[in-house]
Amino acid sequence: MSTDTHDITVTVNGTRYQRQVDARMLLSDFLRHDLLLAGTHVGCEHGVCGACTVIFDGAAVRSCLMFAAQADGHAITTVEGLAADGERLHPLQEAMRDCHGLQCGYCTPGVLMTMKAFLDETPRPDEAQIREALSGNLCRCTGYQHIVEAVALAAERLRS
Amino acid sequence: MVARGQPGALTPDGDVFHTSRQAVTDFSATLAAEMKPAPFRYVAARSLEQALALKAEHGDEARFLAGGQSLVPTMNFRLTQPAMLIDINPLKEFAGMRRNGADRLHIGALTRYRSLERDPATARELPLIGEALPHIAHPQIRNRGTIGGNLAHADPASEMPAIVLTLGGKLRAQSVRGERWIEAADFFVGALTTALAPDEMLMELELPVAQPRSGACFMELARRRGDFAIIGVACTVRLDAEGRCSEARIGLCNAGDTPVVVAAAGDCLVGTRVERPQIDEAAAIVQRSIEPGGNVHASKEYQRHIAGVLTARALACANERAGREH
Repeated sequence: MSTDTHDITVTVNGTRYQRQVDARMLLSDFLRHDLLLAGTHVGCEHGVCGACTVIFDGAAVRSCLMFAAQADGHAITTVEGLAADGERLHPLQEAMRDCHGLQCGYCTPGVLMTMKAFLDETPRPDEAQIREALSGNLCRCTGYQHIVEAVALAAERLRS
Repeated sequence: MVARGQPGALTPDGDVFHTSRQAVTDFSATLAAEMKPAPFRYVAARSLEQALALKAEHGDEARFLAGGQSLVPTMNFRLTQPAMLIDINPLKEFAGMRRNGADRLHIGALTRYRSLERDPATARELPLIGEALPHIAHPQIRNRGTIGGNLAHADPASEMPAIVLTLGGKLRAQSVRGERWIEAADFFVGALTTALAPDEMLMELELPVAQPRSGACFMELARRRGDFAIIGVACTVRLDAEGRCSEARIGLCNAGDTPVVVAAAGDCLVGTRVERPQIDEAAAIVQRSIEPGGNVHASKEYQRHIAGVLTARALACANERAGREH
């Protein structure tokens, strides 16, 4: 079967990219291998682990369950776009460091992007809400306790 | 994924390849060429007419791409290898809820779970769906997943097919040949199999709105939050002016090859004040009636046991809620 390619224009972290992609190119692979934004991690590739979570038109989504061709004309934020100026960490990243919210770090980009979208929508979360919002991100190191503390701390700092 | 001869792989002598920046770029290019889904043609639909014409032309070889949250995983594993994906996400006019008269609601097939979660009308008018939504996978999945895609996928372990069946909903299918309404009871014909013809698209569903003196309850047991249900139970109870049950329906997910409604269990409550003996009888009928498949997470016997426990709890809860609506 001949290759089906598509010309797409996609805005990632505020930068417009024009690329030609195969129809079957997953959005996660496009970000990592085509745009070389390898901060988006790929774990299970079937929508269970949450490592590949990015923000697509304002909503946290699994980038392994979308095709790059579907991103044509849309805006995406990846973990590389989280720290506004590249110098200072985002409050979520700072809180993750302060609370020891990561060990191996593999799940961390997905956790950060999920929690960014969550806090944008829920600036005063209680612990149960944080745990519910985190339920789609697997972490095998931390036992989640420190991630929950980090998100609560970040929410507090973002409000003040 | 790391093959011999690639950076990071071991040579036959056990040496590790030296990894240069160029090598990383080359490796990335190699990985990108090894894409997971089998090749297919992708078409972003510009209109309903175009989408239906393509489906009529390609039939079962083509699949509609809605949220993709069930379809794409199976494509990543190459369990599904459609020749064509017709992306209907651009057809935004088929998303959203609208009221039809006093007692019916229509939900467009492209309505995403998150928009149902955010709409206060969901919990008020469709309390069974409102209660089930948090059980449906995870927030990221609900941001993309659509109600139509879920119903057309027809996974018997999924919540929404059981709920639509319990509520006695209707589904509208459309093709280049025309449109038709399908009763939920006729829609789910087998595991991952619906009554939709190869050229048809699911457009919307129609559900009855919660009525006075009625109560609903959805409960499920899963290994972890968001996992597929070991068993899920949806109950509705309606009371008459004297507080006796005038109608009760009990539906289950993951209790067979399709979602099931155990009519006899609901019927045994009609005309009674729903109390412990009636609830236990209904639960026993459910346990006798279902044919769960069993899997690595739960044996058939355990599923049957849980179906009884959850039926009793959900019935008691729905009955109490109906009583509060007096």
